[in-house]
Amino acid sequence: MSAFTSKYADELIANAAYIGTPGKGILAADESTGTIGKRLASINVENVESNRRALRELLFTAPGVLPCLSGVILFEETLYQKSSDGKLFVDILKEGGVLPGIKVDKGTIELAGTNGETTTQGLDGLGERCKKYYEAGARFAKWRAVLKIGENEPSEHSIHENAYGLARYAVICQENGLVPIVEPEILVDGSHDIHKCAAVTERVLAACYKALSDHHVLLEGTLLKPNMVTPGSDSAKVAPEVIAEHTVRALQRTVPPAVPAIVFLSGGQSEEEATKNLNAMNQLKTKKPWSLSFSFGRALQQSTLKTWAGKEENVKAAKEALYVRCKANSEATLGTYKGDAKLGDGAAESLHVKDYKY
Amino acid sequence: MSCFKSKYTDELIANAAYIGSPGKGILAADESTGTIGKRFASINVENVESNRRALRELLFTTPGALQYISGVILFEETLYQKTASGKPFVDVMKEAGVLPGIKVDKGTVELAGTNGETTTTGLDGLGDRCKKYYEAGARFAKWRAVLKIGANEPSELAIHENAYGLARYAVICQENGLVPIVEPEILVDGSHDIEKCAYVTELVLAACYKALNDHHVILEGTLLKPNMVTPGSDCKSRAEPKVIAEHTVRALQRTVPAAVPAVVFLSGGQSEEQATVNLNAINQLKGKKPWSLTFSYGRALQQSTLKAWGGKEENVEKAQKAFLARAKANSEATTGTYKGDAQLGEGASESLHVKDYKY
Repeated sequence: MSAFTSKYADELIANAAYIGTPGKGILAADESTGTIGKRLASINVENVESNRRALRELLFTAPGVLPCLSGVILFEETLYQKSSDGKLFVDILKEGGVLPGIKVDKGTIELAGTNGETTTQGLDGLGERCKKYYEAGARFAKWRAVLKIGENEPSEHSIHENAYGLARYAVICQENGLVPIVEPEILVDGSHDIHKCAAVTERVLAACYKALSDHHVLLEGTLLKPNMVTPGSDSAKVAPEVIAEHTVRALQRTVPPAVPAIVFLSGGQSEEEATKNLNAMNQLKTKKPWSLSFSFGRALQQSTLKTWAGKEENVKAAKEALYVRCKANSEATLGTYKGDAKLGDGAAESLHVKDYKY
Repeated sequence: MSCFKSKYTDELIANAAYIGSPGKGILAADESTGTIGKRFASINVENVESNRRALRELLFTTPGALQYISGVILFEETLYQKTASGKPFVDVMKEAGVLPGIKVDKGTVELAGTNGETTTTGLDGLGDRCKKYYEAGARFAKWRAVLKIGANEPSELAIHENAYGLARYAVICQENGLVPIVEPEILVDGSHDIEKCAYVTELVLAACYKALNDHHVILEGTLLKPNMVTPGSDCKSRAEPKVIAEHTVRALQRTVPAAVPAVVFLSGGQSEEQATVNLNAINQLKGKKPWSLTFSYGRALQQSTLKAWGGKEENVEKAQKAFLARAKANSEATTGTYKGDAQLGEGASESLHVKDYKY
């Protein structure tokens, strides 16, 4: 086969398949120190290590949440943190049947000669870092590539750079036992319609899978984290069924069946929108040879954060808010969400920030 | 979407899906005049137009056979021929629910600087020819790209040239109402093992689908005609049908988007029985298979028929029975229900491999 032979092949395949288990998905809790600072600032909480630790403890010990999850993506600091009674977060996750994941990219930088397009850094010494993370208990990784839609964007150059960066990252992960999540996010910013987003998404995904093939990546041991296909943020909204149809068609045209699961990013959608769209996809009757699930950050944590506001006395209610969203998304992976999740404060609020930088 | 807008979109999608109907497949009867001449020579039949016509009439009027066939690929001459009683072949097919197809490539030429690798010609004026063929009743087309496995083959150049030639041909077909069969044949010649064939097949198919995407082809309106994944013809170890099935389906899972409605395998040099048994094993395999898996066989459907006919009128009925037996067997193979009990015609187990085969 064209994939390289990894000593971790069986494990990679099993872990990737597990992450796509029906009824489960990923909690993206890998906000970097800078990014979590913005979140904490929005609820007037100081950005210190103890608060970051307290937030993640709240998330990982919320009753009923871990059964809805197959994986949690962590930032490096969190991989080594413990609960207030001294238990490593990775152990809490593992005991709850949840695979720990780790963000391994080092952010984006601009590509010279383009109109603000970027590439993602982090390949130097990546193998060594992956080894270390595997030893600490991580079993999957995430690397975010970013593209935008504009007059002349995404350029062929940007598509190529991001696709080949993702592929190189992916094979290095697999050499070191980590299932790579391949994330080619096409930002929702813009006034384009859904057809334009579909065309760009198909082009970008086709380039990604060519790059993955060139780099001998074992597709059965990967996950895809794409944007859903939607109108641009400055365009009129469309129904979840329309988003579902365009999204699934784009995937049918580009994602080989060997990929076990697709875990969507939420990209600025409100908590409720993200859930409804995922639900609509799973209700669609058509060829879908991969699980369709979630890898949500803001769309899982928004109302939880607002409810917590950094106060100990709010922890219980905040945990309940998280459970509500996790359960709703768990149902959405089965196409059984009835739209009846008790909407927490802010659940219907758009989480779009123009030109969002992590 | 990234595909272009064709006025024929709905029709292309419907026809491509129809060709992949369970229980049906394609008869490849598009041998060029030169190639059919070689077949005739092997049964001592003169290569004249009336004989070519008679052979195709024999095939298309076999009682009970067309129900197993969703499409027939024709050579240009045949598209305009009629039965002895004056009925155009395309009408015979249409009435039996069979889509006429047309070979549109003009054969291979060598790529300078390579070790005998080739590219396929036929793009010049292709649009106009497709229009003409559509008017004559054709609804799908075929273009054969050829690659080989060797120490340094297939080269990146050969893969790129053939993939992009296929993609350009495909979109021109769709602009003119013909469903393009995308055929990147990797020859079975060589002493390589099945793993090597799998490796090359995956590389080639990945390149094809990138090229098709670049050329804005509507995947739902295409078909793929690949080789099965097997050991080379000179490889010391043979592979069981189940092993061929596993490697083949895995290669497709890794490269062929679910939007493609059907995969129609070429037979390569496999005997009639091998080609059927392998297709059967492919359809019995449990795993993700979001495309129909069927046949597009030439030699592997006609070999025993040809031998039984021998060019003689008095043998037509016998020859038709032989053809029916293979058509039915392959129909069963598309649903994984072939019991291996087709009455083997003379030559059905005979390998049809010819080293470095040229059409």
